[in-house]
Amino acid sequence: MGAFLVKRILATIPVLVIVAIIVFTLIRLVPGDPAAVIAGNMATNEDIARIRTELGLDRGFLTQLALWAKGLASSDLGQSFFFKKEVTALIGERLEPTLSLAFLTIVLTVLVAVPLGTLAAWRHGGWLDRALMGFSVLGFSIPVFVLGYLLVYVFALKLDWFPVQGYRPLRDGLWPWLHQLLLPAITLSIVYVALIARVTRASVAEALTEDYVRTARAKGLPEARVLVRHALANAAVPIVTVIGIGIALLIGGVVVTESVYSIPGLGTLTVDAVLARDFPVIQGVILFFAFLYVMVNLLVDLSYLFLDPRIRY
Amino acid sequence: MNTTVARVLRNGAVRFGGIVLAVLIAVAVLAPVLGTVDPAWLDAVNMNQPPMTKADWTGPDNQTAPRTLLMGTDSFGRDVYSRVLYGTRVSLLVGVSVAVVALLAGTFFGLMAGYFRRVDAVLMRFMDGLMAIPGILLAIALVAAWGARLSTVIIAIAVPEIPRVTRLVRSLVLSIREEPYIEAAISIGTPTWKILLRHVLPNSIAPMVVQGTYVCASAILIEAILSFLGLGLPSEIPTWGNIMAEARVVFSSAPHNMWFPGIFLAFTVLAVNLLGDGLRDTLDPKFNKRGAQR
Repeated sequence: MGAFLVKRILATIPVLVIVAIIVFTLIRLVPGDPAAVIAGNMATNEDIARIRTELGLDRGFLTQLALWAKGLASSDLGQSFFFKKEVTALIGERLEPTLSLAFLTIVLTVLVAVPLGTLAAWRHGGWLDRALMGFSVLGFSIPVFVLGYLLVYVFALKLDWFPVQGYRPLRDGLWPWLHQLLLPAITLSIVYVALIARVTRASVAEALTEDYVRTARAKGLPEARVLVRHALANAAVPIVTVIGIGIALLIGGVVVTESVYSIPGLGTLTVDAVLARDFPVIQGVILFFAFLYVMVNLLVDLSYLFLDPRIRY
Repeated sequence: MNTTVARVLRNGAVRFGGIVLAVLIAVAVLAPVLGTVDPAWLDAVNMNQPPMTKADWTGPDNQTAPRTLLMGTDSFGRDVYSRVLYGTRVSLLVGVSVAVVALLAGTFFGLMAGYFRRVDAVLMRFMDGLMAIPGILLAIALVAAWGARLSTVIIAIAVPEIPRVTRLVRSLVLSIREEPYIEAAISIGTPTWKILLRHVLPNSIAPMVVQGTYVCASAILIEAILSFLGLGLPSEIPTWGNIMAEARVVFSSAPHNMWFPGIFLAFTVLAVNLLGDGLRDTLDPKFNKRGAQR
């Protein structure tokens, strides 16, 4: 098992290296002179020259790559042109709102999707099952920002239950934080609930056909115990896997949801950086999110060891 | 073959999705004759009009005539009905083009990776790296680098989809290449390219069509997201996303500008998704793991 751990952790390195190279190449995709494009229409020749030197665009490709790698190794993501700050400091400032939103969304999703999917599988073909399948197709189809504005319209503007926009940091207290964040988290969780409920339903339904479920019922265990201890516990691996894969979906949703609700997190930072053509920030945010995604999926893989004792690498 | 077509056409989801899409394609093609005006034209007298307003509308020809503003006007005084109808063109074009680009590129890479072991190792590591970057972010970054034009938007949305198609095609090739008819073809000396094109490819069509429809649905959504965030096509070209982006500014007083394009967008994506589900159920019962495909 120790060997597996080391191997699995080492396996993330080539992926991260390739991500870094792709992100590095991004800025070189700018047609024409990247420095001139980034500097904008109002720039003087001196500005362009300065940006070119700052980005190292006046040097050879491999030298640039080496410099970039050296920076990354000491977690230096460069300077933002627009915000006039270290990119790492900028990401640090914007981290709390984004992680709060993602965390609350995942908690809400798991609390809703797993019981729903389990019940749907239990009464396979029943009204709840059909309603859930219908809802999940709908959940995949309603754009997150349309849903966001629909919820804002009903629950913030008409009913006045929630604030329309903004973010309250956790240090202002748990309730203000939750009250501000609940509507965005519900918005973002819909598509995620659709995905996870669907997979829960499929994998619990499969587990319910197993012999050990029949045995458990035959020996007179209460149905709830059969469902949770026998069926759901054995269906855990695919569910956790899809939660991990869904992180990519979640990150995309975070960018849009933050924009709808004006939450000053990494998503809004990305959009502002693109509008300002602030490439060091764009690159930094993408690297950060890709790193997060790879790490979450590493944890997912490692969790198999606990979720399914049969898996012994 | 005819029984397959009949089976597909009997499926309710395929029928619903197909009919909605047929209507949308008709709307896109016939947009100029469906009582629309130039979607970029603005009549400053009629700004932020609610839906069904009967207004005196000054058209591009400078003639003022009574006109019923079915979906109202936006904050510049442009006719939302015309913008929404013309927006159908962009959404469908982007959806279909992205699916075609992603399928072509993914098929090529998938065939290479599945059939040539050496290519496989390098190519799939690269695809793993590409897949670790969340799709919307990669599309946003590519549009930022290339600038937002129709062609760059299509490619930028297609790139993050390519690894998924590649993986699908590769796994299909890996299972198909073990079939006896491939062994037979190799044993009579059929060249590799001919095996790939004549034997492997035709046997992977069904799951690829299904995957293509899902790619199309997600491309329509991502295009709308790019436009909505203000990073997509400029507002001279009406798209559902950029109509909604403009609607944000006046949302509390004129929310209808959000709802009409939103309804069109949701219905389109729903129709394409249902079409995909129906095709999956009828074409390939084994290919039933949607969660894993996303």
